[in-house]
Amino acid sequence: MKPFVSLEAPALHLVEDRIDTDVLFPARFLLIMEKDGLGRYLCYDRRFDAADHPVANAIDPALAAGAGIWLAGRDFGCGSSREQAVWALTGAGFSCVVAESFGEIFAANCLRNGMLAICLDRGAIDTLGRASADGPLRVDLPSQHIGRDDLSIAFEIEPAAKQRLLNGWDEIDTILARAAIDIDAFEAVQRSSQPWLFED
Amino acid sequence: MTARTLYDKLWESHVVTDMGDGSALLYIDRHLLQEVSTHQSFLALRERNRPARRPQTSLAVPDHAVPSDGRSEALTGLAAAQVARLADNARDFGLPHIPLDDPRQGIVHVIGPEQGFTLPGITLACGDSHTSTHGAFGALAFGIGASDCATVLATQCIVQKRARTMEVRIEGELPMWVGAKDVALYLIARFGAGFGTGHAIEYRGPAVSAMSMAARMTLCNMTIEAGARVGLVAPDETTFHWIDGRPYAPQGDAFRTAVDLWRTLPTDRDAIYDASLSVDISDLAPQVTWGTNPQDAGAIDGRVPDPDMAPDEAARAQQRRALEYMGLTPGMALSDIPIDRVFIGSCTNGRIEDLREAAKVAAGRRVAAHVRALVVPGSTPVKHQAEAEGLDRIFRDAGFEWREAGCSMCVAMNEDRLAPGERCASTSNRNFEGRQGRGGRTHLMSPSMAAAAAVTGHLVDVRQIG
Repeated sequence: MKPFVSLEAPALHLVEDRIDTDVLFPARFLLIMEKDGLGRYLCYDRRFDAADHPVANAIDPALAAGAGIWLAGRDFGCGSSREQAVWALTGAGFSCVVAESFGEIFAANCLRNGMLAICLDRGAIDTLGRASADGPLRVDLPSQHIGRDDLSIAFEIEPAAKQRLLNGWDEIDTILARAAIDIDAFEAVQRSSQPWLFED
Repeated sequence: MTARTLYDKLWESHVVTDMGDGSALLYIDRHLLQEVSTHQSFLALRERNRPARRPQTSLAVPDHAVPSDGRSEALTGLAAAQVARLADNARDFGLPHIPLDDPRQGIVHVIGPEQGFTLPGITLACGDSHTSTHGAFGALAFGIGASDCATVLATQCIVQKRARTMEVRIEGELPMWVGAKDVALYLIARFGAGFGTGHAIEYRGPAVSAMSMAARMTLCNMTIEAGARVGLVAPDETTFHWIDGRPYAPQGDAFRTAVDLWRTLPTDRDAIYDASLSVDISDLAPQVTWGTNPQDAGAIDGRVPDPDMAPDEAARAQQRRALEYMGLTPGMALSDIPIDRVFIGSCTNGRIEDLREAAKVAAGRRVAAHVRALVVPGSTPVKHQAEAEGLDRIFRDAGFEWREAGCSMCVAMNEDRLAPGERCASTSNRNFEGRQGRGGRTHLMSPSMAAAAAVTGHLVDVRQIG
């Protein structure tokens, strides 16, 4: 996994509540089995009409400007668990989303893909939105701050999530390296207490 | 010993390693897989040359991309490739697999319980947000993304944050023609789409105890629409009776031992939840949605809201956008909304009890001339059961199309979808923009309400015609 340490990038300021994962990545594109190149389908039905012609929208100008941060509203990424929503965001150049709250599965998927999901209140998001009109925002994970010039807003992140983003370690390798004995021990106990779960 | 909630017991009995920061490495007992969310998971394992740790704890089945107007002979293009990929992956990694033409095939969240794969006291994960459904059995079940599917396959574990606990007490007795779907929509509309975020919701109270397993599954299924990954109902005699004799469930003495263990799962009398809500549903009316999120719901005898009356500018903007997308006028009666399509099915309302309820309304009536209505059983066993009871005959005679099992028009990634501007009375779970097809307009409701809409051609109060 690609680590996330810091980022300086223009922001897309599109504060709309409940941008769900069907909006982020329409279901019909889930038939595509590749993971790369999904950026073009990000928010497709907001960016293209039914004949696949581009329509005026808030997202494309930001993408053209190299946006790496999305300033959003409440419940960003709620709905379907499709990880393609995160892959479409990373494919389109985003590696940080700032929102009032997140869909929980989406937030977990972000963490598995080096995408920093920051929770802030609406006032702070609006302040960042105004600042982003003047140029790129800077995100620094080690010090847990986001801002620009003199503006610096602190954000919270759980220590374990922070470490995962900073080191970018492979989850499967990490679990098997650190917990293989614990997993064996758990299974031995479970096997004796609930043998019907171990008929394999 | 401190009193514990059902969630506490489920969580604590599956912690492999406590991370010390509120998260844990959690053991996953069972894993359901479908074709759409897992191809990248298997690719990740192949790239690392990792096997599945306990392949027999998985069950793979195609449901999302499959056609409802035929079986494998009707599969084409990308969908065929995806269904074939699932079969290849299951074979290569040694996972039990139910192919499309198998009599056990169906939607993951219908067949898991049906096969007895879903049991009280277990942890169950699946690459699908509606995995909350299985919480109806007192299982800790939640949706995960493709990366986590790979981790579960390789390690039988997942790193998970412990949720806060929330009790939702449902008092009273459900009125005639009002059911679990109405309760779920009412809760989300009343407390907001994000009211469960960060929590595991446990549904309790007399109305829940009286519910069938199908109704409990509908309630837990919709929990993700309240923002919570986990919805729970404590196992009881209804649960044990339902599970007894199912293929994957423990049999004979093992079943009796299991039931003894499952009886220890319900929340202790003095346990404290982090949050508590209570509603009385004795006077609840059937609910329908008018907007683009399940929280945009109201009683069928009400009206489309006026955005100018919304409490703040954000809500006003949101409602205006929703009404524009839905093509609705503020203040119009919900029962004046005409429909083009009807969809009865999905992991929310595709069980035999749901089809019986819809058939009661459809019996002896005709689908309105301008309406096209689909009935899609949640699984092939549900389809066969319905046919044995003659429900297919009732639906066909009324002018409904009787289809093969799958996700169908809930998800718009197979052939069943709305055309731009088409309006649908649907028993599915999401009315998001484009959810049932680009530009499609979805009104969520119960099976009986959807059947009533089909025969009248507009949204209607089933209590007036039932």
